[in-house]
Amino acid sequence: MMKRTLHTLALTALLRALPGIIKIAARRDKRVRDHLVSSDCVVQIRLRDGSCARHYIFRRGSITARSGTHKSPDVDMVFKTAAVALSMMRPDPDYAVVIDALKNFKVTAGGHDKQTVWFGELMNKVAAAGWKAGTPMKDGSMRYTALTNGGPIFVYVAGGKILRTTPIDLDSTDAPSWTIRARGRTFTPRRQAVPSPHALSLKSLVYSEKRILTPLKRVDFDPHGARNPQNRGISRYEPIGWDEALDIVCGEIRRMKRQHGPGAIAVFNPAHHQWGNVNYWLSALLRFGNLIGTTRMAFSPISWEGWYWGAMHHFGNSIRLGSPGFYGTVEDCLENAEMIVFWSSDPESTSGVYAGAEATQRRQWAQSLGIEFVHIDPHYNKTAQLFGGKWIPIKPGTDPALALAIMHQWIIDGTYDKDYVERRTDGFSEWRDYLLGVTDGVAKTPEWQEAETGVPAKDVRSLARAWSKRRTYLGAGGAGAGFGGACRSATGAQWARCMVQMLAMQGWGKPGVNFGNLQFGTPMDLNFYFPGYADGGISGDVINTASVMHNYNRMPHLATINPVKQQIQRQHFPEAIINGKCTGYPWDGMSLESQFPSYEYPLPGHSPVHMLYRYGASSLGTVANSARMIEAYRHPSLEFVVNQSIWNENEVGFADVVLPSCTALERWDICEWSNSSGYIVHNQNQLNHRMVLMQNPCIEPLGESRSDYRIFADILTRLGLGAMYTEGGCDELTWCKRIFDSSDLPKVVSWKDFLRKGYHVIPPDPDPMKVPVEMRWFSEGRKKDTPEPSPLPSQYIDDFGSGLPTQSSKFEFVPNSLKRHEARDPRRPALNRYIPSWEGPNSGTEFADFPLQLVTSHPPYTFHTYNDGKRSTTNDLEDHRMLVGGYYYWVLRMNPADAAARKLTHRDVVKVFNGRAAVLCAVDVSPLVVQGTVKAYESCAEYDPIQTPEGVVDRGGCLNLLTPSRSISSTADGIAPNSCLVDVRRWEFQGATERVAM
Amino acid sequence: MSKWHLTVDVAKCSGCGNCQLTVKDEHIGNDFPGYAAPQPPLGHNWLKVERYVRGNGSMLDVTHVPKMCNHCDDAPCVAAARNGAAYKRSDGITIIDPVKAKGQRQIAEACPYGVVSWNEDAQIPQIWIFDAHLLDQGWSSPRVAQVCPTGAIEAIKCDDGVFAGRVAAENLTTLPAGVQTKPRVYYRNLSRVTDSFLGGNICAADGSGQIENCVGAKVELSIDGTSVGACVTDGFGDFKFDGLPPRATYRLQVDTVDGRAESFQGVLEGSRNLGSLFIKRTTAKSEMR
Repeated sequence: MMKRTLHTLALTALLRALPGIIKIAARRDKRVRDHLVSSDCVVQIRLRDGSCARHYIFRRGSITARSGTHKSPDVDMVFKTAAVALSMMRPDPDYAVVIDALKNFKVTAGGHDKQTVWFGELMNKVAAAGWKAGTPMKDGSMRYTALTNGGPIFVYVAGGKILRTTPIDLDSTDAPSWTIRARGRTFTPRRQAVPSPHALSLKSLVYSEKRILTPLKRVDFDPHGARNPQNRGISRYEPIGWDEALDIVCGEIRRMKRQHGPGAIAVFNPAHHQWGNVNYWLSALLRFGNLIGTTRMAFSPISWEGWYWGAMHHFGNSIRLGSPGFYGTVEDCLENAEMIVFWSSDPESTSGVYAGAEATQRRQWAQSLGIEFVHIDPHYNKTAQLFGGKWIPIKPGTDPALALAIMHQWIIDGTYDKDYVERRTDGFSEWRDYLLGVTDGVAKTPEWQEAETGVPAKDVRSLARAWSKRRTYLGAGGAGAGFGGACRSATGAQWARCMVQMLAMQGWGKPGVNFGNLQFGTPMDLNFYFPGYADGGISGDVINTASVMHNYNRMPHLATINPVKQQIQRQHFPEAIINGKCTGYPWDGMSLESQFPSYEYPLPGHSPVHMLYRYGASSLGTVANSARMIEAYRHPSLEFVVNQSIWNENEVGFADVVLPSCTALERWDICEWSNSSGYIVHNQNQLNHRMVLMQNPCIEPLGESRSDYRIFADILTRLGLGAMYTEGGCDELTWCKRIFDSSDLPKVVSWKDFLRKGYHVIPPDPDPMKVPVEMRWFSEGRKKDTPEPSPLPSQYIDDFGSGLPTQSSKFEFVPNSLKRHEARDPRRPALNRYIPSWEGPNSGTEFADFPLQLVTSHPPYTFHTYNDGKRSTTNDLEDHRMLVGGYYYWVLRMNPADAAARKLTHRDVVKVFNGRAAVLCAVDVSPLVVQGTVKAYESCAEYDPIQTPEGVVDRGGCLNLLTPSRSISSTADGIAPNSCLVDVRRWEFQGATERVAM
Repeated sequence: MSKWHLTVDVAKCSGCGNCQLTVKDEHIGNDFPGYAAPQPPLGHNWLKVERYVRGNGSMLDVTHVPKMCNHCDDAPCVAAARNGAAYKRSDGITIIDPVKAKGQRQIAEACPYGVVSWNEDAQIPQIWIFDAHLLDQGWSSPRVAQVCPTGAIEAIKCDDGVFAGRVAAENLTTLPAGVQTKPRVYYRNLSRVTDSFLGGNICAADGSGQIENCVGAKVELSIDGTSVGACVTDGFGDFKFDGLPPRATYRLQVDTVDGRAESFQGVLEGSRNLGSLFIKRTTAKSEMR
């Protein structure tokens, strides 16, 4: 009784003091002042038993307090007890208590959602009053921090404008760097967060003239009249206000539910965009979609294709989508390896994933130690160009044949690890019989593969001998352990399977024998917790993110559940709309078998999709056979398309309404460099220094653009869901604090210090606590000792931690999981037979018509479409786009013999074409590409269709208009853009510039 | 007197473009009165990375060369400028005054390296200014050195005499331009661009007729009749001689580990990969064009 009275007294005092607290904060901080004047309302706070009530009249920035109740408050906050009220009404509440109170209805908020959110945001801004960020510079500018897809940067701002962006050099107060000792030398990394080009064009992107500065509406779209879907991609736009734009979007959301039912609204997002744990698509967008109820766009493991659909069956790692792990391999490689085979591996272009150029120095160390490099690639790629070594040019898609012949040679020479094969693997005799020709009468000799691959038999023998004689690291794919290149073709699964089979034959896990190209596996404290983007951010989605693993209990927040189970996979979206149905095989890394069941769209009982909420605009440069997207956009069943993007590019022009979002430099956020989590556990293990960063709003959002979080909150507020989305008015800065508090950071740095400096470097563990080497435990017959939260306990055959999650618990040359499945898909046999590509040199008349093989890989100068086009500075890098006749063309690389046969010279504008489409490029004629292959990058942001005497042609460079939509095999639902036949001709119509009217 | 110098090791340049993007980041949209007017948004590269490819077939090498204003001590641009519109600072950095140089197109045209950009809209010549404006604020080096991921670019402030010692010790050279302008930008390993290589592959049939690479074969090279050295074929049977003149006659004497010998000769015109040189069972001369 006494306690209750004390609490009530304390609450009464607090409620009395509230206006004063707000006024003081307003004097201190412009953010509070600006917010205070932005709304007039009456906010009432009371206890449920009526023993305490006070209301506040906010009017034109002033506050008048009255005791008792108001007859019609805009916000009515009712607390069960004074104790609950006091625990919530604190500057830094314990969110476990807050969320509990919300979930158990110990507090309720009546009245209008909009004002509830406004009041909550006000109180959060009051709590944050006086928080300081940024470092003042001598010249009067302020220096902030940001994280980009190419690494962290400092951002210098003066007069409300970004002056420059630079890499972050670590200072003497930052944690010390590690040192590796190898072969009598010591190696310490440079004390800088080393950026790749993706980080350095950012200022030009922020100020690009292609920024969308107001909401837009297609001039011939009328939500209450004619919608004209056939004109999408053609019609012009007119600027409209946010109110009108959001009214249309919300009206359509309501109409979809009422007229069609659950599933009618689809949300479609890109794979990678700007960093920030709050605004990331797995966070703010997912929370938004769940609160509406949407058909999800499901991803396919794009970039992991052959590993996911093939390699994993031999050894496991389903949670890594079939790519090998990498722990401790930088030190192991430098100490023990004698050779690195880069097979379809160009880390100098692809930067691993998100890792800036941190690993370049480590490859320089390897070179200085005399470790030999071999490069297998149709392109003498940037990694080969920088480091040299033996180049083995190969016809695209034929890599498995080369691998088989190497393994054949090892058997003939007896130079594989017989002891390892005997003890750690299963099924080798069946595999050996296939290689030797016992199974099918065809011995897979070096001579056998020569006609297929173009690699001389003698070189195959030399490589096989060097490989087995030396301790060899296999850098397979861009990351060294997976990603891109040869794995995304018709033979992608065969190739990735060969890669793991080869390592198993040479003793995978033994010193100097592992996957890697120095990209992953630095000494690092991997136990320190900070959430990665796949940990779900603020989404509350415990089903479709990794939130439940750590984030959901470390950062108490409201769960959100999307009751609509219907999904469409990204690459099947066009046919889902055009045909009204599709099937496919979803991404599910829980087990080897999860990829076998198919899904169907529409899901029984659900509405097909009639509305598309497209977040981002990258499809036409990154989806295979992307012309189908255009047809889908114009389909009459798609009644409404809204696009939320930063720049007016690519598929933005196919929307009915466009909502302008701002860049990461215009909003608050927090994140850790390269920390993806989820399916890429410990992705930050590519870096030399672990770094967590604040992303500051360096400038105000340009024009009327808003942060993604703000846009979603504004839409949901109109639907009465604002308070739920924002959890009572949390703004982005408040969420950043909550994320900070959920991590291990508060143990080592205060919020104020972290906010002011803008970043924190997590120190490496001292030497005696070294991370064990990947697969070393397996090679030695011990239990797993790497810090990887997989396989699942039930997937072990024997004791927990013993063996691999295969049926035999060993590496399986002929996987049991595929044996259980192969009857359903003849192109996916358990025995990894060589089946030539279905679009390649064996394609008969198609090859006669289109005799060049096009390979497109991840670009070096832009992260996906982010840095391309938009008149950004990236355009002026000649290896990215060439300026010819006043236009910046995408670059196609061609061998001099192929060019001469077509009377082409360097820098000519050419038409690249096949039966699917035609794209203009500028040709780079050099011997850097093997004859018969043309090489370009994918991820063109500019879709620029022009009407020409030869029909519609894309001048922007979206080469994915040419690639096939066929999947690797009928049940291996991976894309195969690197199985693409084209021809190339000089372009004669450079005068044609009229944008298309089809 | 301590002055600025820049060294660029082209063997380490990866062609990533960081330096080129950084110069744009610094100068597009920024006015630094007295130092440099803003760079136009597109199409101007005060620093440009150029690519050179040598070889053919599967033996290639690539060299990327960042090119920028050399801040020459005997600068033709300074000589061509009127009214002191271009001048040298005491720390060696060249400045083209963005106001005084208006209309003086001849300043851009005077540069033998082609690294002075003409800004048509503003009617002024513009160069990479070694980030003089930042150095004057206390920055320790120009931005291009900071952003280079391989350490190819290094800026050094020291006595000219001290730097001359480095030039000699490290065999640094300057860009060939046909005139001596006393540049302050020096390059390491430029021979990768100016010199030629001669390489190839030695192979032979083994007892059963299968073709194998000849590993460990000795290859001796004579250029214009004079022996220049020998090397041993690697694990793929490949050999490569570098640092050769662009035009010469060559003779290769090959001796394999299993006692076979053959010679090949021809004329070298630029770098060349001879491809696979097949050693027959008996010793014989072979003429290679």
